Amino acid sequence: MKEPEPRLGKTQQYYRENYLRNLPNAFCAGCGNGIILNGFVRAVDELISAKEIQHQDILGVSGIGCSAWIPSPHFQGDTLHTTHGRAIAFATGAKVMNPKLRVVVFTGDGDGAAIGGNHLIHAARRNIPMTVILVNNLNYGMTGGQSAPTTPLHVQTSTYPQHPEAPFDLTELVSGAGASYVARWTTFYVKKIIATIKEALLHPGFAFIEIISQCPTYAARFLTEFQSTLSSDEREQFKRHPGAWMLKALKGKKTGEGLGQPRYEIALKDKMIELGVFKRERRPTLIEHLQALWG
Amino acid sequence: MKAGLHFVDGGTACAEGAIFAGCQFFAGYPITPATSIVEWMAERLPQVKGYYLQLEDEIASMAAIIGASWAGGKAMTATSGPGFSLMQENLGYAYLTETPVVLVDAQRSGPSTGQATMPGQQDIMQARFGTHGDITPIAFSPWSVQEMFDFTIQAFNYAERFRTPTLVMTDGEVSYMREPLTIPKRSEVSIINRERLTKKHSNPEEIFLRYEMPKFGDGHKLLVTGSAHRPTGVRDYTPRFHRATIEWLFEKNRQAGLALREEGLDLETAHLESAKTVVLSFGASARPAYQAVQTAQKQGHDVGFIRLKTLWPLPESHLLELTKSVQRIFVVEMNMGMMVNEIARVACHAEVHCVPKVAGEVHHSNEILDQIMESGAA
Ligand SMILES: Cc1ncc(C[n+]2csc(CCOP(=O)(O)OP(=O)(O)O)c2C)c(N)n1
Ligand code: SF4
Ligand SMILES: [Mg+2]
Repeated sequence: MKEPEPRLGKTQQYYRENYLRNLPNAFCAGCGNGIILNGFVRAVDELISAKEIQHQDILGVSGIGCSAWIPSPHFQGDTLHTTHGRAIAFATGAKVMNPKLRVVVFTGDGDGAAIGGNHLIHAARRNIPMTVILVNNLNYGMTGGQSAPTTPLHVQTSTYPQHPEAPFDLTELVSGAGASYVARWTTFYVKKIIATIKEALLHPGFAFIEIISQCPTYAARFLTEFQSTLSSDEREQFKRHPGAWMLKALKGKKTGEGLGQPRYEIALKDKMIELGVFKRERRPTLIEHLQALWG
Repeated sequence: MKAGLHFVDGGTACAEGAIFAGCQFFAGYPITPATSIVEWMAERLPQVKGYYLQLEDEIASMAAIIGASWAGGKAMTATSGPGFSLMQENLGYAYLTETPVVLVDAQRSGPSTGQATMPGQQDIMQARFGTHGDITPIAFSPWSVQEMFDFTIQAFNYAERFRTPTLVMTDGEVSYMREPLTIPKRSEVSIINRERLTKKHSNPEEIFLRYEMPKFGDGHKLLVTGSAHRPTGVRDYTPRFHRATIEWLFEKNRQAGLALREEGLDLETAHLESAKTVVLSFGASARPAYQAVQTAQKQGHDVGFIRLKTLWPLPESHLLELTKSVQRIFVVEMNMGMMVNEIARVACHAEVHCVPKVAGEVHHSNEILDQIMESGAA
């Protein structure tokens, strides 16, 4: 049986015509990846409409994982879907060879911080102009809920009854490695995501955006603290629509301001995680240093 | 370097060949004996407004040259055994995505770190089968400093012409030795450059079934993926699509084999007319092998010589034609016997012997001669 064609509103039609393709996507119901794709195309649309960037200059690069499927095959533009963990290294070649390209890497927490962690810190150190959007869903979604370097201590994953390692704070790691633009949001903050992607795309240097996202299929059980506050009725609903309820858990408390943006914090297991824009500086980029060698 | 006569090492000749061919991007990670290639690229690329990058490892280097190629540049990396191993996954990506790039492996004596600074020919099967999945490589095997220059140019030409990665499987001996190098005039060598695909080519159904390489930034909205895909680039695991892709890669390789033969790049021979005994070799080990053949000839023995210029695709039908009436073939190689099995498969009518040499040394011509004489072949 053929699925009925969805009735689209004007806005949806506009984005489908101009920025999206090969829909519907393959993400599970309630997955955060759709929110991020949405935020990305809105950000690029605003920049293109304001003539700040050109559509044909945008290149979406990704590795392997659910998050890698955000640009490929869904973004209408040039895309390079590479090997597991190596997206940033492929992107480095493309950006250096043609500095006009606006390179946006979509990577997962496994892709970008485990197998590809070395490329991530070196790209930050080099300050190569590109935007890296790291979708931190706290686990390996594509392969079935295994532990990632971001998995909170002591949660149950499909490879550990009690995950025995402490997680990375990726924003701190990449900031320490030398990234010149660093921000972290959760999928709850769509408007912030749009504004941050816009800023990152125009930033002359390495821009890192960590987005803590929900993987309702495999990581819903990580948010046990949250679940314990629910009534039994709510818990039933949670089981039926874990994505929507996880989003609630990804809403933080406002804590103040920084770099012109409000800061929030959320609790992940027993750790408080800060959200906001943490770094925005200008320092010479790899491309500038390389072109200086031309003499 | 200017056209004319120079005296340089093989690595420098290789790098000059790359620049001559229009290479604009190099990414690598230091390793002996590929160092002189890497260092000369670092010197030369900025002079031609190109980019040289030393990256964090060989995995990144292979990835970066593929990215650079899709961004429109001719791109290359150079390494040795340990790095070649690390490049295999992304090399497979380049085969599947039909990305023109050049990879130079200055082979050293392994396995593992082995004799880090000493030559070997032990990676030739890794070149053939190293990456997972079904692939068919094009791999050149230079035996002199001149060929380091010439074959690097051809590696770029074949990469562009057939939209595929190509390999220059040299070794520590040829990349380190110094010899005269004649750099030709621009007009004397044909260089294959990329044709910029225009909008009329932008039907992706066409792009992915043509040799011409599109590039990022031209508005083609390219979907490049290492997953099985339709001609449009959309992921699709349906058997008929993937079968079509793999068959297409094999067909291109077959066509490349024909072109190599037509251009005289597959192999060369000496004293083959009536010889019943033939010595076959490639790369550095072909030098003492050829010397052994010449000595045998001087001593009145009818011994012929075949040197492979490309290892892959193996020029099977050409070899078969040439060796029809040959009774014995001695395969001289710096490993425990790799190419010998291929030759035995192709020339199954002949007795095929291995003349191996490991431990980082090139054969002495006397050893080769002795083995031929001892077998009573000449
Ligand atoms: C070299 C290699 N090792 C392992 C895999 C299998 N693999 C595919 S996706 C993945 C993990 C993806 O996790 P993450 O990057 O967090 O992405 P997510 O699916 O969670 O978005 C793994 C291990 C692979 N494709 N390649
Ligand atoms: S497995 Fe998780 S990350 Fe992957 S699509 Fe499903 S919900 Fe999203
Ligand atoms: Mg993940």
